[in-house]
Amino acid sequence: MMKILVVDDEQDIKDLFEQKFRKEIKSKELEFVFTFNANDALAYLDSQNSEVVLILSDINMPGMSGLELLKEIKIKSFDPNPKIFMITAYGDEQSHRESLDLGASDFLTKPVNFIELKEKFKSILL
Amino acid sequence: MDISQLIGFTIIGFLIVKYLDNYLDIKQFDEYKARLLRVLPFGILGLTFIGQITTLTFITEFMFLWVFLFIIYVIIDLKDQRNVKNIFWLLGPYIVYQVFQIISQSIYGRDEKVAEGFETFFVIWIFAFGGYLNTQNRKEKVRLMADQKEKQTLEDSKKSLEHIVNLRTAEITEQKLALEQSMAELKATQSQLIHSEKMASLGELTAGIAHEIQNPLNFVNNFAELNKELIEELRQEQKKEQRDYENEQQILEDVFNNLEKIMHHGKRADGIIKGMLQHSRKSTGKKEEINLNELADEYLRLAYHGLRAKDKTFNAQMSTNFDSSVGIIMGIHQDIGRVFLNLITNAFYTVNEKKKMLAENNNTHGYEPIVTVSTTRFNNEVIIKISDNGNGMSDAVKDKIFQPFFTTKPTGQGTGLGLSMSYEIITAGHNGEIKVETEEGVGTTFIITIPQ
Repeated sequence: MMKILVVDDEQDIKDLFEQKFRKEIKSKELEFVFTFNANDALAYLDSQNSEVVLILSDINMPGMSGLELLKEIKIKSFDPNPKIFMITAYGDEQSHRESLDLGASDFLTKPVNFIELKEKFKSILL
Repeated sequence: MDISQLIGFTIIGFLIVKYLDNYLDIKQFDEYKARLLRVLPFGILGLTFIGQITTLTFITEFMFLWVFLFIIYVIIDLKDQRNVKNIFWLLGPYIVYQVFQIISQSIYGRDEKVAEGFETFFVIWIFAFGGYLNTQNRKEKVRLMADQKEKQTLEDSKKSLEHIVNLRTAEITEQKLALEQSMAELKATQSQLIHSEKMASLGELTAGIAHEIQNPLNFVNNFAELNKELIEELRQEQKKEQRDYENEQQILEDVFNNLEKIMHHGKRADGIIKGMLQHSRKSTGKKEEINLNELADEYLRLAYHGLRAKDKTFNAQMSTNFDSSVGIIMGIHQDIGRVFLNLITNAFYTVNEKKKMLAENNNTHGYEPIVTVSTTRFNNEVIIKISDNGNGMSDAVKDKIFQPFFTTKPTGQGTGLGLSMSYEIITAGHNGEIKVETEEGVGTTFIITIPQ
């Protein structure tokens, strides 16, 4: 079972992921946790960090941004350190480079290609 | 009456004419009256001449009548002229005497003694009264000349004044034309500025709009794709011998929910595009129904994402406190939208500036930039508050913020028209009020009141 934390201010992302990965969720291959801002994500990680293997975070969110969240997580260095994928509607070069510099494992642009995303999950699981 | 007497009379007549010309200042008369006056002495001489004739014939009677009527006519016609009255005081008794003499001698015959007595009296009277009149006339002439001089001086100064007035009028006319031209140019510039301000704020919006549209569009695509998968799954399910109706029902429900989401996000994108079009279009000036809370929320997000796209380091919390009883208000949609955009963009700008300033001093700890938009309904008024915890304003700045072209932003970053336009829109366009409460270093709140 791989626990994935999804951080996005768009609440419909929850329904989308739960339906897209309904088979994986049913078969308990994957488990998703959703928070709709970075502060809640940090609070969740503080309490349950050991379980989260991967974090998918949006960059543009009101309040703390995804990049700030990434920085915070890297500073806190959880054990085991979850991998972090940044997801943004802006596929600009600057955000991409910044994300990787701050230690993100991957950088995806919206709309998310779910086939590709599933492949990436599998590679992490292996 | 012999020829020498006639010549004598004629010479005397001419002398009198000359004297009268001089005394009466005949130049002041029009030509006709001057001619009448010049003939007058000859009429009197004629009368004297007739008086010398002892027996009146029909012709002399006729001549007498005409000369007499002529004298009366001249007297009446010239009575208003200067000095003419004096002349009649001078000559009148003589004329009257002559008339009486002519009438009496035709009845009683000529009495030389009485005639001589009267004639002596008249010679003395004419010289004495004539001398008196002459002196008076000289004095009068001196006075008149002084008057004339004064009049001339007045006339001259009037003329020079008129000249100056004409010059000034020409100058003023020229200035007026120049002003009118400047005014026309100003009006053109103003409308150009309004347009560029609109375009500048639209530019600020563009990135935000792209982001705001991209997100719902992604959901539309994602959920549509998902539905396709779900329907395929349903078909497979239906082909099974052992059908799981519960699962089928679940799938159908998911499909339905997803369709609702597609519709929701489609409408969201639609609203944003409509808002953007409305913003760039010329204001219709027509009041329509506006869902104020929705509009405020929409522009809050647009401003946020717009600034975010421009400046990656920008970040602030958005907070809303909408009173649902505000509901629908009547207003000019696009104009109210612009006010929101201007005030919210300014709020985000100031919190970001404060954050940058604190970061330079390594003092960001404890500062959370936040912009709050709240609405309330109070009696027949809708109150909108836009607050920030930015740098606030000094009193000097506060006094000027609604003046056109006033900006505290660096050159090229602000048109200085946002707040002045917002002020116009709220006060002139909606009979409302816009107030500002601010404290330097603490934050600013704009309070808009719109009567409903």
